[in-house]
Amino acid sequence: MDVASEKRLREDESLMQKNVLVTNIDKLLNWARGHSFWPVTFGLACCAIEMMATGGPRYDISRFGWEVFRASPRQADVMIVAGTCTRKMAPLLRRIYDQMPEPKWVIAMGSCANAGGPFVDSYSMLAGVDKVVPVDVYIPGCPPRPESLLYGLLQLQYKVSNPAKVRLMRNGK
Amino acid sequence: METLNNLFLIIAAAIRSLFADPHSVWANLTMDVINFIIVVVIIVLAALILILLERKIAGWTSQRTGPNRLGPRGWFQTIADALKLMGKEDITPAGADKFIFKVAPMIVFSLPMMTLAVIPYGNGMAPINLDLGIFYFLAISAISTVAFLMAGWGSNNKYSLLGGMRAVAQMISYEIPLLFSLLGVVMITQSFNLGTIVEAQKTIPFIILQPLAFVIYIIAGLAEVNRAPFDLVEADQEVVAGPFTEYTGLRWGLFFLGEYGNMTAVSALAATVFLGGWQGPMFLPGWVWFWLKVGIIIFFMMWVRWTFPRIRVDHLMHLAWKVLLPLSILNIFLTGFGIYIYRFVMGG
Repeated sequence: MDVASEKRLREDESLMQKNVLVTNIDKLLNWARGHSFWPVTFGLACCAIEMMATGGPRYDISRFGWEVFRASPRQADVMIVAGTCTRKMAPLLRRIYDQMPEPKWVIAMGSCANAGGPFVDSYSMLAGVDKVVPVDVYIPGCPPRPESLLYGLLQLQYKVSNPAKVRLMRNGK
Repeated sequence: METLNNLFLIIAAAIRSLFADPHSVWANLTMDVINFIIVVVIIVLAALILILLERKIAGWTSQRTGPNRLGPRGWFQTIADALKLMGKEDITPAGADKFIFKVAPMIVFSLPMMTLAVIPYGNGMAPINLDLGIFYFLAISAISTVAFLMAGWGSNNKYSLLGGMRAVAQMISYEIPLLFSLLGVVMITQSFNLGTIVEAQKTIPFIILQPLAFVIYIIAGLAEVNRAPFDLVEADQEVVAGPFTEYTGLRWGLFFLGEYGNMTAVSALAATVFLGGWQGPMFLPGWVWFWLKVGIIIFFMMWVRWTFPRIRVDHLMHLAWKVLLPLSILNIFLTGFGIYIYRFVMGG
């Protein structure tokens, strides 16, 4: 492929990425998605206690409209992996993720979900849930305080509402 | 005041007068279509407002604030939720019975449309004035049992099927005290017509003559629309999300609309039969009184939901068959006795 046609192809692709036809609907849907994350309940360990505290009166996740924890993954948008994921749990984690309808996001909450945490040397430990599911936001801490979880969700909201910006940032531009 | 009271009747007469013959088939058909659209708008608006109110009241009962970030005091939250549900992927499970799976949410959504059509929203403002109003209402709302079982069976999921079976057991059991509690009012008014029943409450609402029936109706009505403390059908901890487990996006949204529409319908019937419908002091129009009464009953239902824990399955059946059913039969007996004494005293 010569240089000119390659350039033309790249221009076409960048036009496609802007989504010429449905750009306004996309904006509206992204706004709606960012303001209505319904998490699937996936508490694995002590981080889940902090996740529950986030739903309580003191931190009140419902102010942002994200308090609708759904028991069925079919109705959820975001999976908060809260806690230690063992190798035995990994296939189930992946199955719940697969059962969620698109568009879906994953938040890895706590050191264990991020990279193994204090149990990283254990034979049964899955060091980081990003080995089985694509993670959008990593929240550090052992366990992270409810403020951290809210901040992580706000970062995810930023990512969902501004897809172009986040794509650029990931490419290091 | 009189103009405001009859506002919608005047608008209806104006639309009819556009036709050469105001009572021709075409005029009637146009009015029917307009009434249909109004009932659908009532259901959708009720769901949009009630879902946010539900979350606000949930916050209020647990000393939280509820949604308050999006729009003025969080009032745009439900709009964002609804838009998001529209943008979700639509999954039909591979093993599902596809036709039944897809048709069940439509049936659930269509039932409140049919029941809300016979409610008198003001003086002479019933979209359809049926002589067998109460009978029709109960017959139609009983069909939702089948729709829940269809959703449970069609999903081909064991939790869905368990939820659907629970729905059948619970709704059929509570149908009977619900029916019997309304019979007392029918005996007093000698009519199934909802308009006549409202007219009969000009001096005294039936909640004063039939307090026991009202309590039974509210309890059985809560169980009919599957709300806590009777939400065993969609108990998260036991059966994931009951019959709705496999539904995604807008299909699940239809169930939600149907649920809130059913709640509005049950509250509207309670307001019509026991609280005097559109009757009230003349400083407010009749239709405002009607919606105020409906709002009070809906608020009460939400308050109960966020206050009481879910009851056990056997306790649920115990309550229906051993407590509510005998009490409602006793109420019918007492009403008959009362009518007999009343006639005897009045020399009838």
